Amino acid sequence: MITIGYILIGIGAFFYFLGGLGIFRMPDVYNRLQAGTKATTLGSFSVILGVGLVNLEFLPKALIIIAFIALTNPVGSSVLARAAYLKGIKPTDKTKVDEYKGGGNK
Amino acid sequence: MSFSVLIVTFFTWMILTSFTDVKELIVGFFVSLVVSIILKRFYGIRFDFKFPVRIIKFIFIYLPVFIWQMLKANFDVAVRVLNPSLPLNPGFVKIKTNLKKDAAKLALANSITLTPGTLTLDIEDDELIIHWIDVKTLDEKEKKEKIAGVFERILKGVYE
Repeated sequence: MITIGYILIGIGAFFYFLGGLGIFRMPDVYNRLQAGTKATTLGSFSVILGVGLVNLEFLPKALIIIAFIALTNPVGSSVLARAAYLKGIKPTDKTKVDEYKGGGNK
Repeated sequence: MSFSVLIVTFFTWMILTSFTDVKELIVGFFVSLVVSIILKRFYGIRFDFKFPVRIIKFIFIYLPVFIWQMLKANFDVAVRVLNPSLPLNPGFVKIKTNLKKDAAKLALANSITLTPGTLTLDIEDDELIIHWIDVKTLDEKEKKEKIAGVFERILKGVYE
């Protein structure tokens, strides 16, 4: 159990690193948010789950914390992306199509 | 106050602190009371005869699919980040959903955000605006199937 826990923490740290690298390499806000959200969710899930497995008393709490992250992380990144778009931050030149058209109807 | 919210909040508090410490339980009860009074105007959870069925569907049908998709999303983005040529083909696309309830739409938007290369920006009535890191198709049906297909079918069973 403890070994699996430490392996999970290691995997989590690796995905945190990829999240940071993604934020560094991506060309614009929206792609950076993609890297930031995706890589760090798996990173935090496996770090927290790993801590729960290393110390079994902590496991129920760890699961609740994971549920809260799964609820709040995507909402946060959506709101950041929407705010950036409505503020008029230009997406990268590679962007192929824009069906949002400057903010839609509102 | 909303009784269902009180129960859920208090139970969450108990898991996070302790089931036996009386001081913790008293403080937790008052905190949940305040939360449920504030949330009364916005949110209530209906406990009806379908509720256990929905919970079971959520845990055994939705969660495995969601976890699998989330793992795929993580590896997809990880490969993109590590690839020296940074393969990107981003765009903003619009898809129509036929889910009606707000909670169901929120769950769908959250699931989309956590799946491969898609990020929900906005919900306008029944349209979701999505930033897609790799736009594969612009066909109305195909793009919906690629982005939301599985989740929409499952969530329809869970929430409606």
